[in-house]
Amino acid sequence: MATESKKVLYGLYNDEEDLKGAVKAANAAHLDIMDVYTPFPVHGLDPILGLNESRLHYLGFIYGAIGASFGFLTMTWVFTRDWPIVFGGKPYWSVPAFIPITFEMTVLFAAWGMTITFYTICGMWPGVKAKTLDNRITDDKFCLAFDVTSSTDNDVDQLKGFFTQSQAAEVNVKTI
Amino acid sequence: MSQAVAPVRHVLITGNKSYHNITEDLCVPTEKSPTREWIIAFALSAAFLGLYVFAICWTVWKGIGEWGANRTINWAWDITNFVWWIGIGHAGTLISAILLLFRQRWRTGVNRAAEAMTIFAVICAGQFPIFHMGRVWLAFFIFPFPNTRGPLWTNFNSPLLWDVFAISTYFSVSLLFWYTGLVPDLATVRDRATGMRRKMYEFFSFGWTGSAKHWQRWEALSLVLAGISTPLVLSVHTIVSFDFATSVIPGWHTTIFPPYFVAGAVFSGFAMVQTLMVITRKVLRLEDYITVNHIESMNKVIVLTGTIVGVAYLTELFIAWYSGYIYEQFAFYNRVFGVYWWSYFGMMFCNVVSPQLFWSRKIRRSIWWTFFLSIVVNIGMWFERFVIIATTLARDYLPSSWSYYRPTWVEISIFTGTMGLFFTLYLIFTRVAPVVAIAEVKAILKVAGDQYIGPDAKPGHGHSSHSASEIEKGAQH
Repeated sequence: MATESKKVLYGLYNDEEDLKGAVKAANAAHLDIMDVYTPFPVHGLDPILGLNESRLHYLGFIYGAIGASFGFLTMTWVFTRDWPIVFGGKPYWSVPAFIPITFEMTVLFAAWGMTITFYTICGMWPGVKAKTLDNRITDDKFCLAFDVTSSTDNDVDQLKGFFTQSQAAEVNVKTI
Repeated sequence: MSQAVAPVRHVLITGNKSYHNITEDLCVPTEKSPTREWIIAFALSAAFLGLYVFAICWTVWKGIGEWGANRTINWAWDITNFVWWIGIGHAGTLISAILLLFRQRWRTGVNRAAEAMTIFAVICAGQFPIFHMGRVWLAFFIFPFPNTRGPLWTNFNSPLLWDVFAISTYFSVSLLFWYTGLVPDLATVRDRATGMRRKMYEFFSFGWTGSAKHWQRWEALSLVLAGISTPLVLSVHTIVSFDFATSVIPGWHTTIFPPYFVAGAVFSGFAMVQTLMVITRKVLRLEDYITVNHIESMNKVIVLTGTIVGVAYLTELFIAWYSGYIYEQFAFYNRVFGVYWWSYFGMMFCNVVSPQLFWSRKIRRSIWWTFFLSIVVNIGMWFERFVIIATTLARDYLPSSWSYYRPTWVEISIFTGTMGLFFTLYLIFTRVAPVVAIAEVKAILKVAGDQYIGPDAKPGHGHSSHSASEIEKGAQH
């Protein structure tokens, strides 16, 4: 998560298919795409952007396993070591009765763990100021952005030419 | 113009929308000043909420003796209402999680409001067991930590404690699921707002930008949350049914309870979603997003689950007779013909007979019938819980302790008051957040909208880019 400001050259497209075409063209021209912003998840964009599949679900499994162990072992410890009580003549360590709480703890830990991880790795928290390039990106515009902080005027012109060629509806520069 | 809906599929977004139209239609209700209907509804709900607060203060000040519950019928309206509300709170997660896993696109029109409804219903449900504890300031004793009386713990073998875990997990996970889905839409509202409003939505939208990687993670998260919410939602009402099924009371001690309760919960939840959606779509003019096709789909779920519940009622009766066990037989004879016979017949009529009308396509697609029957089902499901709880307890093992139960004004006020709480929360929700998931509706526009008319709509464009095979591929992402 970069904190220093960046100068960004971005083009807005009217349709996700145009955007996908532009990303493909940018790849073919070996242009270094900074990011792509869309109003909704566009399927088929990830492979052409070269994004690897999210590994969030592996973490979800690990958090769930931690929750399950935590719940089960706590109950085991309480009822066999800390304060054993006989309930209805059942054994102290009555595993079947521990299953509902173990299950709930699995879900609780997996859900909270994954959600907190999601917001953290995306740099999103309550009150974070969005680095919005254009207000219409959350409405109906599909945005392709290049970082031009350290680019020469010549490079910028070349990128502008690329946007014209790929039929971007608008091209702008913004510092975020 | 592109017509991309496969002929076998229902159109789910009508009215020839572009992406911008969707943003406009769904954000506007949060932006303009409230309508007169809204203000009247809000004032009424808030009045009932006031009644709730008053009745709760009365209960806490004077004690549980102010309720009609007695030594024999110690679980009465409170637990009936608790189970009723928690059942209603099942539809949201069912719609958003299970239908996401099954790739039912019609969920996008109703999931946001249904999830909100779930959260509010669970809040209402929680009130009853908490205040039934009597000394509510000691309610924290239900959580497992070594308390001040020495390291004495809660009983982890008790279904009542399982309930604490199930409901608090369900509430918090539903909240996460709902809010994470809401974040991109709050960003949409933010980007349209100015001044103070913008600052507020900026805070609550967590700095969402719509970056491709964020969307990818957001979808991965939604899918896993859906995956774990599915068994969660089934576990919650299963565990609620354990409160009864693990007891040794004839009429409660049955293995059929978990599936029967879950089906009943889905049934009542969908009925409440229908009640709310029929009004919401009309008042907020969302008929293009919550179409008659959505309503019909939900009515199909209602007829299915209503029938499952009916089969469960009959199975119970059959097994009671077949068991040859007189206490079980008496419990069920008493349930049908005993002191509360009217609630049994009310339940049978409202839950089993009335939803069968939905076999007729005409009734299934009629807004008025849907609204009317959804109310009938809600009443029926309330009767079901009353039948299970009050009827069973009124005639226990010891005839000398047989009793009758009537609610007092305090209980009636608390129950109607939770409706005030529920509708107050729901009405506030319709003012501050889009009631239909904007991003998710946009994502299905080209495959489920009747016609896409965005600025770049080209003849045949939709067809070429969204062939049937590609739609299927997209669905697997």
